[in-house]
Amino acid sequence: MSAQTTFEPRSPPVPAQLYSGLAIVLAGAILVAAALLVGSRVSEYYYLAAYTILQFVVLGTAWNILGGYGGYVNFGTAGFFAVGCYTTVFLNKLFHWPLIIDMSAAAATAGLMGLGTGYLTLRLRGVFFSIATLALAIVLQTVISNWSFVGGGRGVYIVRPQISGFFGTYAHLLVVLMIGLATCAVLAAWAVEKSWIGVGLAAIRDNETAAETCGVPSLRLKLIAATTSGALMGMAGAPFPYYVSYVDPATAFSLAIAVNSIAMPLVGGTTTWWGPLVGAIMLGSVQQILTVTISSAANLFIVGVLLVVFLTAAPRGVVGIVRAWKRGGP
Amino acid sequence: MNFSWDLLVNAFVTGVVLGGFYASAAIGVTIEFGMLDIVNIAHPAFMIAGAYLAYLGWNSFAFDPLVAMAVFAPLGLLFGRAFYRAYHFFFERRGDESLQGLAFFFGVLFIIEIGLVLISGVDYRSVTAPYLGWTFGIGHISVSWRMMVPFLVGLVLLAGIQLYLSRTFTGRTILAVSQDVEAVRLIGADPVRAKEIAFGIATASAIIAGILLIIIQPVEPSIGREYIGRTFAICVLGGMASIPGTLIASLILGVAETFTTTFFGPSWSPAVSFGLLLITLALRPAGLFGR
Amino acid sequence: MSATILAAECITKQFDGFAALTDIDLTVCKGERIGLIGPNGSGKSTLVNCFAGIIAPDSGSIEFDGTDITATPAWLRAKYGLARTYQIPRPFRGMTVRQNIEVPLRFAVGHTSTRAIGEEAQVILDQVGLADKASISPKVLTQVELRKLELGRALAARPKVLIADEVMAGLSDSEVDEILALLTRLNAQGITILLIEHIMRAVMMFSQRIVVIVAGHKIADGPPDEVMRQDDVERAYLGE
Repeated sequence: MSAQTTFEPRSPPVPAQLYSGLAIVLAGAILVAAALLVGSRVSEYYYLAAYTILQFVVLGTAWNILGGYGGYVNFGTAGFFAVGCYTTVFLNKLFHWPLIIDMSAAAATAGLMGLGTGYLTLRLRGVFFSIATLALAIVLQTVISNWSFVGGGRGVYIVRPQISGFFGTYAHLLVVLMIGLATCAVLAAWAVEKSWIGVGLAAIRDNETAAETCGVPSLRLKLIAATTSGALMGMAGAPFPYYVSYVDPATAFSLAIAVNSIAMPLVGGTTTWWGPLVGAIMLGSVQQILTVTISSAANLFIVGVLLVVFLTAAPRGVVGIVRAWKRGGP
Repeated sequence: MNFSWDLLVNAFVTGVVLGGFYASAAIGVTIEFGMLDIVNIAHPAFMIAGAYLAYLGWNSFAFDPLVAMAVFAPLGLLFGRAFYRAYHFFFERRGDESLQGLAFFFGVLFIIEIGLVLISGVDYRSVTAPYLGWTFGIGHISVSWRMMVPFLVGLVLLAGIQLYLSRTFTGRTILAVSQDVEAVRLIGADPVRAKEIAFGIATASAIIAGILLIIIQPVEPSIGREYIGRTFAICVLGGMASIPGTLIASLILGVAETFTTTFFGPSWSPAVSFGLLLITLALRPAGLFGR
Repeated sequence: MSATILAAECITKQFDGFAALTDIDLTVCKGERIGLIGPNGSGKSTLVNCFAGIIAPDSGSIEFDGTDITATPAWLRAKYGLARTYQIPRPFRGMTVRQNIEVPLRFAVGHTSTRAIGEEAQVILDQVGLADKASISPKVLTQVELRKLELGRALAARPKVLIADEVMAGLSDSEVDEILALLTRLNAQGITILLIEHIMRAVMMFSQRIVVIVAGHKIADGPPDEVMRQDDVERAYLGE
């Protein structure tokens, strides 16, 4: 290993930059097409597994925009996800709008929550933001558990709406929707990373005071990241009530969401858009296999252990391993 | 909402007594976060682990909880020192990103909580001892020994730690490290060893606090998470590195929570610590006794 | 007498009862080379942080190029043209040297074109002598290279005023000369420089005017020879 480490510059000529963005859109389109073609020939189980993994792609990618790029750790992903869920539940009780409207409303609500929490706490040290997000999740869970209109502690049943003949089953529709959302999330992360926002966030992450001295408006950028991150998490939660048909606070605020949204980007790699993607696919698949064979608690335990192992042994995640191999290899 | 002076006074006294217990939970965070700048959000998990150790001692060996403290606190000291050594080796030395450190402690918190679920399930566990059933009364006010013992132990624990830090050489080195790590090196002392011992003491205090917790109420693994907000709110309100500050802040939180529980119901008590933390950070970030 | 570019009036700052700065008045003219000296703990860094916007003074006002910046956030001051270096270098360790320089070009200067950023970054790298280290991580730079990076970043903000906070501390004699030559070149280009230093020969050689701060008070402000002959300045450095 040489003493000097060379990096690929982050600002190459524009055309090459666009390639990865186009690749994301293309991949998303191919997946959607594949899902539509395969249709109901594949058992429902695979759709549900795919849905879960795609959901984690969104959550991990969203978390990483503020966490990996900016260095501000959100412990309350479940809170934002649940706000998305319960926005759908709330709207479902009042009207029966299409899911797209639910998702937009969820994005707006969760995004505002991100902005508000950020505004209150992002001027302080990162650790206080983290604790605030944790406390926020706990308080939200209390509020929702006491709110009988959305089912309170006992939970609520959501009836899946009728679907047109284009999709075989509702699960089919949900998966296609999630592919679209995951593509948007990854594209958003890619766009943030390559833009001036990403450069600013990287400077903030490395040394916030020095960044300010270089003209980086740190609060503004952190708020943009927090709002985008929150909105995406809310959007991920919006279809969830239709996916599970029965929602209660314990499921919406589940510990699995909190730990996975942190573990997946950290295992995959936090500095770039494809890290959380790789981490979500890896850990998501592992968990889908394990949940069948062992208990869900043991499953989560393994995720926690993997998180700690990667943090100590491979802190740059899979991204770091791949980059180091590329440098030291042929 | 039934207002009466008796209710108010009882709530106040209960709050103070609860606050004494909270101090035992928070002192570890004051040391780890306030003095050593280590964001150990897994501290409450160590606490719950201590509670489960007490249950193990009581269930399998008929340990009185106070005996459990004498047995398990030293183990906590040793474990804490080893744990810090590992943390220092893998994270502090790197010096790079606090993101990794925070995520690490979250991972540890998670592993301990889920580990306890795997070992002991989600049922509540509790311990008893004959004297805990008694009640302690002055006039209209009555407090059960279930609450008084943690209150008293909490006070003794804080006093003990304060004495240790101000009277012994290692203790004073720890205080010096909390103010200026470089200066400590310049006088020839080893800041890493001082931090190691401090972390060990903090972990031992977590074990003790956990045992006190299981004296007060039955525990199950997820209770630890409630204490993250409480302990950090107390640490900040107290002024980060101040032990008298920790005590006063604990009493304030105890009273605030008890009033909220009495007049608005128990499910809102997690919000109290969150609110207190936000208010402190907004109005007086240095806390009550901060530098 | 050229125009005032930076003016501090009655700056006072207390930290929990400890008076770090008391009633500091300082006027800096365009193009000047000012040396700011004083014993350790005298408040020089606090004053720099007040100028940069990292700390807010308890009272007093700061004016920059005709604008009152007392309440302006740090990042906006950088855009206005007030740059500073850090005593202990604070590079962006996850980026290369070049990328470090590009941050202020993108934010303080406001370039949007990648090509413009790349070109100007190269100019600055050449100016501070880091051109051959452009693609390297700051983690492996030497002390003097890190100081040059600090100066390079400050320079990239196209500053009107550059505050160099103990940028030569701990360097060898020849390294001090290198940095001093660089600062002199920058001043010749029109940048006003406020040099905070302990290395007396550098301060004496470089400064047109010396300001002395002791225990939070300004005790001297004038040409180097005059100031250094003052009794109280001698006492502050050599004791009673």
